[in-house]
Amino acid sequence: MGRIIIEVSRHVIIICMCIYTFQCFAVFRYSNEYDRKGIYIRQNFFMIMVHFLGFISLYAQNQDIKYFKAYLIQQIGVLAILIAYRLIYPRANALIVNNMCMLITIGLIMLTRISYSRAMRQFSIVAASAALTLVVPFLISKVRFFEKFKWAYVAAGILSLAAVLAFSSVINGSRLNITISNHTFQPSEFVKIVFVFATASILARKHDIKTVMISAVVAAVHVLILVASKDLGSAVIFFVVYFAMLYVATANLLYYLSGFLFCFAGCFAGYKLFSHVRVRVTAFLDPFSNITDAGYQIAQSLFAIGTGGWLGMGIGQGAPGNIPVVAADFIFAAICEELGVIFGMCLILLCFSCFVMFMNIAMKFEDPFFKLVALGLAVSYIFQVFLTVGGVVKFIPLTGVTLPFVSYGGTSVAVTCLVFAIIQGLYIEKGQDNRKTKVPKAVDFKTEKLDIVNID
Amino acid sequence: MRSRTDKKPKKDRQKIKSNREISLITYVFLALFVALLIYLGYFTQVTSRTVINNTYNKRQALLESRIVRGDILSREGNVLATTRSDNDGGYYRLYPYRNTFAHVVGYSTHGVLGVEALENYTLLSCDGNIVKRVSNDLKGRKNHGDNVWTTLDTAMQEAAYDAMDDRRGAVVAMNVKTGEILCAISKPDFDPNDIMGHWDTFNEDTVNSPLLNRAFLGSYPPGSTFKIVTALEYLKEHNGNVSDYGFECTGSFEYKGSVISCYNEQVHGWLNFDDSFAKSCNSSFANISSQLDKEELENTLDSLLFNKPLPLPFKHSIGYSDISKDSSTDDLLQTGIGQGRTLISPIHMLMITSAIANDGILMKPYIVSRIENADKGVIRKIRPKQYTELIDSKYTDGLKKMMREVVVNGTAKRVLDTEGYSISGKTGSAEYSSDKSLSHAWFTGYAERDEPEIAVTVIVEGGGSGGAVAAPIAKRVFDAYYK
Repeated sequence: MGRIIIEVSRHVIIICMCIYTFQCFAVFRYSNEYDRKGIYIRQNFFMIMVHFLGFISLYAQNQDIKYFKAYLIQQIGVLAILIAYRLIYPRANALIVNNMCMLITIGLIMLTRISYSRAMRQFSIVAASAALTLVVPFLISKVRFFEKFKWAYVAAGILSLAAVLAFSSVINGSRLNITISNHTFQPSEFVKIVFVFATASILARKHDIKTVMISAVVAAVHVLILVASKDLGSAVIFFVVYFAMLYVATANLLYYLSGFLFCFAGCFAGYKLFSHVRVRVTAFLDPFSNITDAGYQIAQSLFAIGTGGWLGMGIGQGAPGNIPVVAADFIFAAICEELGVIFGMCLILLCFSCFVMFMNIAMKFEDPFFKLVALGLAVSYIFQVFLTVGGVVKFIPLTGVTLPFVSYGGTSVAVTCLVFAIIQGLYIEKGQDNRKTKVPKAVDFKTEKLDIVNID
Repeated sequence: MRSRTDKKPKKDRQKIKSNREISLITYVFLALFVALLIYLGYFTQVTSRTVINNTYNKRQALLESRIVRGDILSREGNVLATTRSDNDGGYYRLYPYRNTFAHVVGYSTHGVLGVEALENYTLLSCDGNIVKRVSNDLKGRKNHGDNVWTTLDTAMQEAAYDAMDDRRGAVVAMNVKTGEILCAISKPDFDPNDIMGHWDTFNEDTVNSPLLNRAFLGSYPPGSTFKIVTALEYLKEHNGNVSDYGFECTGSFEYKGSVISCYNEQVHGWLNFDDSFAKSCNSSFANISSQLDKEELENTLDSLLFNKPLPLPFKHSIGYSDISKDSSTDDLLQTGIGQGRTLISPIHMLMITSAIANDGILMKPYIVSRIENADKGVIRKIRPKQYTELIDSKYTDGLKKMMREVVVNGTAKRVLDTEGYSISGKTGSAEYSSDKSLSHAWFTGYAERDEPEIAVTVIVEGGGSGGAVAAPIAKRVFDAYYK
């Protein structure tokens, strides 16, 4: 009986994930939230199915009642997030809420399989962050003076990063964490949001050369402190986010191209200057010749993905324990090993559908400040996904960032909750604007592919 | 419609304008993610198949609990390794040819070796019909792993195995046009069916090292077979024209205080270049070596893949040579006749020989020709690949002529008498200790009917004379091919 449950759920969970992901993009066929309602409800069904199937196979293998308990608590928690958003913010974007819950679900399944205690810890952080950030959409849509704190954002960002550099402990060669009374934080995650607000407030109204220079200096200080802390992943994210925002604010293609130029120059300089960058690049170019040291992580990750194949080994049937830092940076490899590459690809697409929705929201804004905030957060989110997944599958060198909502790590989860809540607030705020001004109906999906969200 | 557009406030137009930038950024990320997905798909479907066979992948036991390890087959389809079920419903690995394919096919029961290691996870991958796979999964029945077809020729392998008898050493053969490894023998050997029972004795036996695959991992002084390299270098430095070379052999050669003697103190008399090679005259070759440019020789050795990994999919030892512009005259002379500190593996010697036979082109040696699923559907096919032009083709005709002369009129006369094909090659008797009477017997050569087809390298440890001991073993392998 147990065997049949494991094998059936192994295949059905992939089907559920595929349908869910398909629906993430199917919603863009309809131009308003009302028509999408049916899809959202079906998404909720498949989300619950994935959670259920994941845990029933864990339970069938281990025959331990604790998995049943964990399942109940987690399922109730996730449903509570869904219901809370529906009740408190009926005008919230349900795709973003659904995707947030789905990513949390997948993360919790995988973490429970890797380490029960870590999963429970992660769950409590998820629950607390989701509950606390429930107030954020309200703040964003009501408070009007976020733009005014320009220099406060800049100061807060730079000071926190500098504090990390000065007081943190070195873990795996990088200075990332600050520990206060046994709680470890990774401030660079929070500063990501603050930095987006800082850049948006500087560039929102003025685009003259002086303003651009000021914003560039601010960005450069952030990036350089991160480079000094050897937090390469974050440095690259800040860099890309800044150039994306600069380009949208000024509409100057020159800035966009110079971003690429700076990027290459920066990568080259990093490679020449830092031995840890060279180690990463060597590991990327040929992990198998350096398998005993530099290439070990990435080789183990590729073994996991390759052995899992398209359909995966089944939850609890693989050996993700062989991969270093599997719960955090390499969670995607564990997902591919046990749930299959098809599932992994769906996960990537799911993240991308969040990004498309974020970008749609950015497009709808006339207010340049909020437009830039939405854009900055969207780019920072999707680029982080790209860095972690690309690194784990050896598409690009490893940078050691987490997969938002899925990876183990309190700061990462809390910050991602905050990002999603801010976007949700922007979406609701946009809805209010629309009602007042009655902007004509947005362009149809077929004619303008990305201009698809209409709030009516 | 138009009138409405015209009335759009300026602010609105600006908004649309900056949305173009947002679209562009979205498309850039779309492109990045499409590339990422394609890469991941390609990795899963193609690259991962070779990646996961790495010995650092620790998932063998996990997969063996779910999949019946696939078969390993010879080129004719003979089963070299298979999985059988015992009476208790368990499984065991069976090697029907016992010791004959011991090293090259290897084992998977106590660690992995040979093809079993090379395709460890291929044998444990199931690429069969998905419906069948799922239904087997549901019934709790194990799926059958993929089968591995090798390039190994059963008749040649058996011939080489029998010819070696209980002598220590190695025999390895390849098709010079394709790079297919046709046989690979290492002695002493073991029975892979019983590796568990003898593991400790085998591992502790450092004198015989029965688990070591000498064909790929052996490192031997090349002896006179190295004269192929010396001759090539001399040909290169004289642009292929060596007709005016002549030497009077008196049994030894003295140069700047170094003395080189001929094997068994023979006196060869007057020799031209080809005779010196055919008779394997150490004195003449010491004379030739004394005229070589050390730096050029170093370059030639480098191009012949010394001191670097060979283009092989399996583990092998690296050829060693320490000739450089600072080498002493004595070192140069010793190296030139194949003594010195030079070391080479039988497979490396075979690759040089087969490049000569194939007009200088080295084909990449391979041992696995295709992977099939349990229903005989082809999953992966390995095609012959050219590695590089190892030797400039303008020198290979000269070398071929000299190697033929070795058999017709030189040290390998014993193997002149062949049916329907002819052998060319070079013998070697490599001294390996201070006792000059002890030597490894080498033969490396190729056979042709219309044009060169296969090359064979034989080494018999402590076997004595290459012409008397090693060459006849090679002939039996050639016979098995042309029979």
